[in-house]
Amino acid sequence: MPTDVLMPALSPTMEEGKLAKWLKKEGDSVKSGDVIAEIETDKATMEVEAVDEGVLAKILVPDGTENVAVNTPIAIIAANGEDVAEASAPRQKVEKAEQPETPAKGETEQAAKAPAKAASAVATPPAPAVQPEPDVPAGTEMVTMTVREALRDAMAEEMRRDGDVFVMGEEVAEYQGAYKVTQGLLQEFSDRRVVDTPITEHGFAGLGVGAAFAGLKPIVEFMTFNFAMQAIDQIVNSAAKTHYMSGGQIICPIVFRGPNGAAARVGAQHSQDYSSWYSHVPGLTVIAPYSAADAKGLLKAAIRYPNPVVFLENEILYGHSFPVPKLDDYVLPIGKAKVVRQGSDVTIVAWSIGMTYALKAAEELAKDGVEAEVIDLRTLRPMDTDTVVESVKKTGRCVTVEEGWPQAGLGAEISARLMAEAFDYLDAPVTRVSGRDVPMPYAANLEKLALPSVADVVEAAKAVCYR
Amino acid sequence: MAREPRRSGQAGSERTAASGSDSKVAAGPARRKAAAASGRTAAAKAEAALNAALPQSAPPPGLSREAELEAYRAMLLIRRFEEKAGQMYGMGLIGGFCHLYIGQEAVVVGMQAAMKPGDQVITGYRDHGHMLATGMDAKGVMAELTGRRGGYSKGKGGSMHMFSVEKRFYGGHGIVGAQVPLGTGIAFANRYRGEEAVCLTYFGDGAANQGQVYESFNMAELWRLPVVYIIENNKYAMGTSVARSSAQQDFSKRGASFNIPGEQVDGMDVRAVKAAGERAIAWARGGKGPYILEMQTYRYRGHSMSDPAKYRTRDEVERMRTEHDAIEQVRKRLLEEHKVAEDELKRLDAEVRQIVNEAADFATHDPEPDPAELWTDVIYETA
Repeated sequence: MPTDVLMPALSPTMEEGKLAKWLKKEGDSVKSGDVIAEIETDKATMEVEAVDEGVLAKILVPDGTENVAVNTPIAIIAANGEDVAEASAPRQKVEKAEQPETPAKGETEQAAKAPAKAASAVATPPAPAVQPEPDVPAGTEMVTMTVREALRDAMAEEMRRDGDVFVMGEEVAEYQGAYKVTQGLLQEFSDRRVVDTPITEHGFAGLGVGAAFAGLKPIVEFMTFNFAMQAIDQIVNSAAKTHYMSGGQIICPIVFRGPNGAAARVGAQHSQDYSSWYSHVPGLTVIAPYSAADAKGLLKAAIRYPNPVVFLENEILYGHSFPVPKLDDYVLPIGKAKVVRQGSDVTIVAWSIGMTYALKAAEELAKDGVEAEVIDLRTLRPMDTDTVVESVKKTGRCVTVEEGWPQAGLGAEISARLMAEAFDYLDAPVTRVSGRDVPMPYAANLEKLALPSVADVVEAAKAVCYR
Repeated sequence: MAREPRRSGQAGSERTAASGSDSKVAAGPARRKAAAASGRTAAAKAEAALNAALPQSAPPPGLSREAELEAYRAMLLIRRFEEKAGQMYGMGLIGGFCHLYIGQEAVVVGMQAAMKPGDQVITGYRDHGHMLATGMDAKGVMAELTGRRGGYSKGKGGSMHMFSVEKRFYGGHGIVGAQVPLGTGIAFANRYRGEEAVCLTYFGDGAANQGQVYESFNMAELWRLPVVYIIENNKYAMGTSVARSSAQQDFSKRGASFNIPGEQVDGMDVRAVKAAGERAIAWARGGKGPYILEMQTYRYRGHSMSDPAKYRTRDEVERMRTEHDAIEQVRKRLLEEHKVAEDELKRLDAEVRQIVNEAADFATHDPEPDPAELWTDVIYETA
């Protein structure tokens, strides 16, 4: 029976890729392990191997095709002795069990664990309801770009502007970034300013802080914030506190950045949200953007800010595209939340990937006649309480959304602030939607259960509206 | 350094417990005896290791009369300052932790003599000596110890957290070993900017067992950073002797697996320190990367002010004081070799005492920080 060769996933979060090149042509015989094609994404390239012996009966997706969705049949292999013509005839049903087990060459260690599909509810971005910043001049051209590109552009622009800015971390230079966020920086700025480090988080975080004390402006990339736990002493005890402990003498202009929170199917040690951890610490500024425009404008602001900034990105959002104003120097204010969707019935507060749930839930709620106001906090510390309070004065209700754990999470903090500052306006208890209070499980179904969902947000919003 | 139970507000009571012989162990004569015996064994072991480790190198090159006088004065200032700090702690004027440098003065004074203007210094929590050696004002240091507004950190840092950008002193760090990557980063900045400066990064034999030290060694050698690592081996990490904590007791070899050269130095002899410091700094400044100096030194006082003094014998401390004291060595040479008059040294002593007394007076009468200072310097605000 003929076998479909499916578009493989390079990582658990990959949704589509480019079929770069076929190395075999129709009619060639192949055996298990033969490299038959090359595919690439913005993150990496890999080889597709045949998993069956037979003849490459039909190529379904030609060389150079962009945006091929994961699991799309790209070729058909006929078993030896099978009629090639019959095998290559179009069939309706694609059997999932035949999904090829593809090795991910050149992929990051934590992303290579399973060739899983990105099946999470948040995999596709909602229709962007993002309003341009009020300070963007009318008529400004908007360019669509991914969060990954926006972050890269922000770093490149700031490095062009200021020779004291440099980036260091694991695989930031030669490898072009474990998640390709630093792509091209080495070529433009050389290895003096784009520094590959050994795998030594505690050491290079401290080294970066020392360089900042001495007047440089380091951008320290953590491959993920999970690994920054090894360095948290330097972030908290050295970076955050020294300005205070020195009576204002020492300043520490440093940005710690990298992906934070759950990716997909990487288990408990690689799926943790540090939003509340870092936002607990006076002396740190914590930013967690959702859109590409905010990622760019806020990273540029963070690099210029003469204080330590923890800049929490999200792996799943890296590939999402958003309109970004085409301006020479697009810098956003730190500490300012954004009302992304106007509404009068309930306020939903979120940030980073939590915004995907919030915006989809708002659409669902609108179908039932509930108009939600969605606020993107963007900066977690200092928190823009005023914007949230103003909204709650109007709606009387608030739901918070985060992927992190509930205890001492930011939802708890927002809830406490609203009780203190908007108690008389509340018509219902503030309700938190959060990740479940368990380490992240690996199994697909359990992982989905552990994360918040759009349905959770809809349900919470209806509950506080007594509907 | 928060490795000991943080003393609570009432300073007096705990000090009494610590100095008042065995009040805490006195459950019965048998137990007291057992505790004392085990204490002796550990101490005897430590002493044996100490004897084996005493430096036996050839006599270092001599110093000029002026250099010896300068070293004498600088070391004496540190000793008198620390003695005064100990007294003020006893009076309840200094709170929290207070780690005295008495006994180790030759290390910072010798290294300071080997440095050039522009070189930086960073160290851990036993830091008063380093500050005075870099030329920081005794008044500002003492006022920080007493938590007053005239202190180097406006009273907000305390004993372990003082800085002077002007004197190129980058602290004063309370987490054991944390200053090692920081100092390596300062050296990274020097190299990045093509500056000539070398960063002198001090840490103790205790900190030398922290993992981040070796992460730093690796990057420093990999990138040939201009940093000199000065391991002040005073033989005890709090109360744990080197013999009981370190698989490799020759700290000059601690960089061997990173190809970092190192040498053991008689850290009680300011001439030896200066000579080794000049070699190490020239190496680092010349673009050859990091260099390790193990300074074999000794602290006469406890780890901090609340030290049980049970882990080493009184004899051991006494012997180091009488036979190896850094200041006495210089004093003897000044009198015998350089024919300095006793009166001149007395005049120096008086001068140093006056500086220390003025510092103590200032630190006692300077007001506490304004309550509004609670909220300042959390975030650096640009104008």
